[in-house]
Amino acid sequence: MEWKGTKQPSDSEIETMKTAESGPSRREFLAQGGRVAAAAGAAALVGNLGNWALSYAADKEPIKIGILHSLSGTMAISEVSLRDVVLMAVEEINAKGGVMGRKIQPVVVDPASNWDLFAEKAKQLLLQDKVAVVFGCWTSVSRKSVLPVFEKNNGLLFYPVQYEGEECSRNVFYTGAAVNQQAIPAVEYLMSKEGGAHKKFYLLGTDYVYPRTTNKILRAMLLAKKVPAANIMEEYTPFHHQDYQTIVGKIKKFAAGGGGCVISTINGDSNVPFYKEFANQGLRAEDAPIMAFSVAEDELRGMDTSALVGHLAAWNYYQSVDTPQNKQFAANFKAYCKKNNLPDGEKRVTDDPMEAGYFGVYVWKQAVEKAGSIEVDKVRKAVYGQKFLAPGGEIMMDPANQHTHKPVLIGEILKDGQFKIVNRSKGLVKPEPWSEYTNPEKGCDWINHQGTYQKK
Amino acid sequence: MRRGPGAIAIVLPVLLAIGLGQGPAPAAEGPARSAPPPAIEQALIDLKSEDEAVRDSAVTVLIEQGDVSLLPKLDEIRADADRSVRQAIKPVVDLLKNRANLASDNTDTRRSAATDLGMMGRPAAISWLEQAAAKEPNRWVRYTMEESAQLLKLGTDDPSVKTAAAGKLGELQSPNGLPALKELVQAGAEPGATDQQKAVAKAAGVAVEQIELWASWSGAIETIFRGISLSSILLIMSLGLAIVFGLMGVINMAHGELMMVGAYATFVTQECFRVWFSADVFDYYFLTALPVSFLVAAVCGFVLEATVIRFLYGRPLETMLATWGVSLILMQAARVYFGDLTAVVAPGPLRGGAQVMVGVYLPYNRMFIIALSIVCVLGIYYTLFGSNLGLRVRAVTQNRNMSACLGIPTRKVDSYTFAFGSGLAGIAGWALTMVGNVDPGLGQNYIVDSFMVVVTGGVGKLAGTIVASLGIGGLNKLIEPSFGAVYGKVLILVLVILFLQWRPSGLFAVKGRHADA
Repeated sequence: MEWKGTKQPSDSEIETMKTAESGPSRREFLAQGGRVAAAAGAAALVGNLGNWALSYAADKEPIKIGILHSLSGTMAISEVSLRDVVLMAVEEINAKGGVMGRKIQPVVVDPASNWDLFAEKAKQLLLQDKVAVVFGCWTSVSRKSVLPVFEKNNGLLFYPVQYEGEECSRNVFYTGAAVNQQAIPAVEYLMSKEGGAHKKFYLLGTDYVYPRTTNKILRAMLLAKKVPAANIMEEYTPFHHQDYQTIVGKIKKFAAGGGGCVISTINGDSNVPFYKEFANQGLRAEDAPIMAFSVAEDELRGMDTSALVGHLAAWNYYQSVDTPQNKQFAANFKAYCKKNNLPDGEKRVTDDPMEAGYFGVYVWKQAVEKAGSIEVDKVRKAVYGQKFLAPGGEIMMDPANQHTHKPVLIGEILKDGQFKIVNRSKGLVKPEPWSEYTNPEKGCDWINHQGTYQKK
Repeated sequence: MRRGPGAIAIVLPVLLAIGLGQGPAPAAEGPARSAPPPAIEQALIDLKSEDEAVRDSAVTVLIEQGDVSLLPKLDEIRADADRSVRQAIKPVVDLLKNRANLASDNTDTRRSAATDLGMMGRPAAISWLEQAAAKEPNRWVRYTMEESAQLLKLGTDDPSVKTAAAGKLGELQSPNGLPALKELVQAGAEPGATDQQKAVAKAAGVAVEQIELWASWSGAIETIFRGISLSSILLIMSLGLAIVFGLMGVINMAHGELMMVGAYATFVTQECFRVWFSADVFDYYFLTALPVSFLVAAVCGFVLEATVIRFLYGRPLETMLATWGVSLILMQAARVYFGDLTAVVAPGPLRGGAQVMVGVYLPYNRMFIIALSIVCVLGIYYTLFGSNLGLRVRAVTQNRNMSACLGIPTRKVDSYTFAFGSGLAGIAGWALTMVGNVDPGLGQNYIVDSFMVVVTGGVGKLAGTIVASLGIGGLNKLIEPSFGAVYGKVLILVLVILFLQWRPSGLFAVKGRHADA
């Protein structure tokens, strides 16, 4: 860039000399401007050279990492928070001296909620910016769209959101929950005496891959637990569905006489009309609790919570988790948002995907330090079995299957948009990318097998 | 089963939190209110026992003899008990709390207490419920109390009580009794059933038939209501478009965003009330927001017309592209400026719903929108056919040149008409905050449906828009129960396309010389 800066003005200088008829004042001005620019450019070039030489000498060149979250479009509402929290982690790490003495330099791109653009931007990050690792994606479809790019170029992606499983890529570390770390424990809780011993299950979701696959697994599990098929209802609505009258009417009929509950995988802006209709048709959380897998603190910020109080959610982390490191994390995040003048500043909250996005950066840092390199193959090996004291409690990366051992927490929605934790798993739950209910014969292992394998 | 759940969920813990010692007085029949008799004291001690059998008998004693005055003590025990003891205490606390709530001043609280007691399966609650029902002034609370009492009776061992309860549940047409009654019918049909079981099963069978008959009737009534409700929403969204697109012929892709503007105007009004006024008058924000959202959207429309659309009259393709660009700008602006912290809280009177029959529950917000759409239609008819402005609008849409010759300022009429249509979109946005949420994509969710309604109804005919929204809304709700929401929507689109193949200019085609003007 600096080189260009010196060249262009001198060109125009010559040009001005040639065209003398343009008048002395203009020529003088241009010539002078050209000289100034040339001098500035040269100085900058020298400065940069020196800088580069210095960094080269000390091997302190910053490590580039990619952040691939939508900053515009429909998913921006959820994904912007993930970018913020990853940048916060980077800032924290850099403040403490970086990774192996090298600073981290984040490269933020905006795939704009467009699935094709996700693949394009991923390619750009891996091939052009040559980043060591990428933190990104939210929806399953965006992950599926970047997957071939990461596999072909042997990149490394940390994916922080709970998902439907049935995937086992060696180029992705899944720091969110697999189905057996969220949906299955949630339903087990509803079936338990403590959770209300529910007998009838209404599986309601938005029509796309995550709800469909999750509900397929849940149905298999319920049938395996001897719930009669007549007591399981499954229903899907289009994206942005707004009119839940008929469905709530059906739920009311279904739950009459007690023992009914709703398992909701409704996504995005359909949640508000659904909960509102549910309350307005006179259903209470006591009659038929809604267990949601996509409603977290960040989504609750923008909702009128009066219709949601008493309903449930299942996650691996809540802002209300009572540990010193979590209090610190939540306070740090608020302070970070305020300091950087992000929208809503101190009113921001932390939630499960944000925690997963945050500790993903630290897990990667630890692995790099263990491997002593940022090479993907070495780092991957070092990630296996890595432990980290995350805000929500200690987590562990699985020694072979790319997923994360996490605790499972059931929370009840409170009026202030926070969760009261009503149930927590004993210790960490081992992730199962392939569910024992739908794919009992399949496993995922990159140490003893080549990824997905057939169990004997 | 049917009352504002938010209120209950809040009221219950609050009642407990403020200490039931000073809470509502329990039913006077409760034994020993001053000093607990020895049996209860013993039971309280037994509750902490390690032995499960001892605990269970203590629970029984407490339920049968205890009353609300025990709650503070139970809470004390619960506070420093381990998990198993806590679980043993929970049903006692719940029962006693619900018993106290049967005498609450709040109808919702009374009713939810009655529902909960019916679900808990403790026969001790039967007499509480019956006593409460005898004194209950509210019809539907009394209904729930009776229903719960009968449900509990159905769970007892005495066959004659069961038979009577089954008969009563049938008379009550209770949907909540259905699963239990069906179980009884099944038990009677099994080969080893005793005569008594068969007799109960027969009574239960009659009751099941009664309940199911009524359930199909109430289902039909509710479906009709839902159809009307959806139609009213479609109508209120399409009215503005019917004027802008129908009368003026402007394809305004930013019409949905004008609705969004109205919704955000409502949100901003609410926030102003929150900051500047006391909580007592908070609910009035909603009324205030009506003119605000109309005016804000109308001004936006006026500016849009003056800066973009007036240069593009008669060029539909350019208008479409330009307004689409405007819609993107408005959306991103809302996203940047408001972010996602935009919940509109429904005003108190519009929460919950009214029960009109057994199993038929009509939400207030939907009734409100139905009424609003009727008022809007009347208002538009008056404006178009009763006022001076309306006369000019009709004149200009019918023959622009002739109107101009007669001295009508057509430019002004255009911009007023456009502003009026945009203001209607603002009102639609205001009303939609009651059913959905306020977000930048709000307009996108509705714009396609609005265009569908206007085109099906016939461009340029208000009556067509009204009939089309009724037809599409009603058909949608008729199809949805059997096909599901996804295929219901697909089917509606297919039907609309087929219909337009048959009648390309919609339900009410404009006839005569200005048909394609």
